[in-house]
Amino acid sequence: MDWLNTIVQGVLLGGLYALFAAGLSLIFGVMRLVNIAHGDIIVVTAYMAFFTTRLLGIDPFTALLIVVPLSALVGYLLQRLLLNRTLGEDLPPLLVTFGLSVIIQNVLLLLFKADSHKLQMGSLEVASWMPVPGLYIGALPLIQFCTAVVVVGGLQVLFYRTPLGRAFRATSDDPEIAQLMGLDNRHLFGMAMALALAVAAIAGTFIAIRTNFDPFAGPNLLIFGFEAIIIGGLGSLWGTLAGGVLLGVAQSVGGELNVAWPILAGHVAFLMVLLVRRQGLFPKVMA
Amino acid sequence: MTVLEASSPRAISVRFSNRSSRIGMLVVAVALLFCATAPLWADRSSLRLYGEIYTYVALASLWNLLAGYAGLVSVGQQAFVGLGGYVLFLLALNSGLNPLIGIPIAGLVSGLIAIPIIFVLLRLRGAYFTIGSWVVAEIFPQVFQQIPAVGGASGISLPAAVVKSIAASRDTREWLIYWLALAMAVLTIGAIVALLRTRWGLALAAIRDNELAARSNGMDVNRTRVVVFVAAAVATGMVGSLIFLQKLTVTPVAAFSINDWTVNIIFITVIGGIGRVEGPVIGTAVFFLLRQFLADFGSIYIIVLGVVAIAIMLKAPRGLWGFLADRYGWQVFPLTRRVVFRN
Repeated sequence: MDWLNTIVQGVLLGGLYALFAAGLSLIFGVMRLVNIAHGDIIVVTAYMAFFTTRLLGIDPFTALLIVVPLSALVGYLLQRLLLNRTLGEDLPPLLVTFGLSVIIQNVLLLLFKADSHKLQMGSLEVASWMPVPGLYIGALPLIQFCTAVVVVGGLQVLFYRTPLGRAFRATSDDPEIAQLMGLDNRHLFGMAMALALAVAAIAGTFIAIRTNFDPFAGPNLLIFGFEAIIIGGLGSLWGTLAGGVLLGVAQSVGGELNVAWPILAGHVAFLMVLLVRRQGLFPKVMA
Repeated sequence: MTVLEASSPRAISVRFSNRSSRIGMLVVAVALLFCATAPLWADRSSLRLYGEIYTYVALASLWNLLAGYAGLVSVGQQAFVGLGGYVLFLLALNSGLNPLIGIPIAGLVSGLIAIPIIFVLLRLRGAYFTIGSWVVAEIFPQVFQQIPAVGGASGISLPAAVVKSIAASRDTREWLIYWLALAMAVLTIGAIVALLRTRWGLALAAIRDNELAARSNGMDVNRTRVVVFVAAAVATGMVGSLIFLQKLTVTPVAAFSINDWTVNIIFITVIGGIGRVEGPVIGTAVFFLLRQFLADFGSIYIIVLGVVAIAIMLKAPRGLWGFLADRYGWQVFPLTRRVVFRN
């Protein structure tokens, strides 16, 4: 029963990784940009959630109503004012977001020092449910996982069932033709980044609740999101969820074997998938 | 075209140097003379600073070769810096040989480890290669932290007896390490210049300018990348072993620090000029000037560097040197090919 418990905890943790991955994957899908600062942006939203909750005296889930739209706005402006200028070649977007990542970490360090922060959730933090003896399902991890499923499902609907999603897919397929058909790519890319940061803000809020975070937590979040994408298969939204879950399980099982191993086990799982199946386990079916 | 057909192959030759590069090489020679004689005129702390500058020049030149020429934007080179340091320390502690023997061995081990790494990483394209290289580099500190034989999380130090086996007097030791650092920088740049003048160099320039065109002209882009990555790992491992020989102690956190060995290096190269041999040298000068001036403001200098690097990437993507070179046709090293017709 110990192992079942370990695996279930890993699955629930995987929901969080899927949230990291969904934002990254969405941006790459729409504009072929890999945002190296994505993890650091999630950390910024965690600080936003922390201070909104503290200053307004509201609970973190209510704070989402402020943090998510605010992050989306930041994302839109970031794309329009900075990142749109980098698109077109390989190096500039990579190096500019890399620079952005380092800047964000050090600005956070200046503002908040190296101390770690964490949001308190009171009784919800310890609440759990025991469907069978020995298997504990925490309320918070369960909410987190369900949120991830809803977010990924929501993105799926948005991409394949709405005019905005159609525009995203059109510009992803051929930005020039999309532009000729009257789509404004600069605005669309801004909307995609807004959406990615909205998802990041949800992930950031969960981070703020579940763990201690500090200015340098970002790179690990980026790496977990990236591993989930590669394990799940590039370009598929449900794949990011599956990849996140597998990464979560790998880390959880690794941690059960040795307390120092969870992150290493995740990296090893990533390398194994890369070696055996470079297109990931659940790749998008190519037309 | 008709000229080419009309003249026999012997009548054509390729010339690399021009007036600018002849002046450039003269400047380099004078600068090298100054650097090589520094132990005679500089004090101990300046020597140490100059030694550090040379190792940064070497690391940045190697990263530039990867990212600026081979299109391999790695953020995982700290893996080889740290590995080089560890190999030198372990060899010095366990073999009883002079620690300096460890420098080439460190290069060799780094090169061997680089072979499987590059084959895995080449399965990822473009920006995904970049993050993949980061993941691989993250594995190193994770593993080294857990091996008691290499000191675990607290690392290892070189005992005084081992240090003394390099050379008896402290001055000789520091001079030796200083000259090795200088030699490392000079050899790295020299080897890169020599490489760029061969057919491989032409292939690299072609990959840099247009990968698709290079491929369709029959170039084996992946094989070129494997060779360059492994060669860069050998040199990076040697530089790393020298860096930690200067520090006399190595820990997983310091050895595999992405901030020290990759972030700074990327900013240096981007500011100086990516895809130019001169760029990393100019960038290192800017980096150390900024660091000396802003030393009292903690992490501010990293933020300033980041902002400068982003501004350069947007406004002058070829960096400071690229900007000057494009404008005035400057080149320090004899690298541009010019076909000369002889009668």
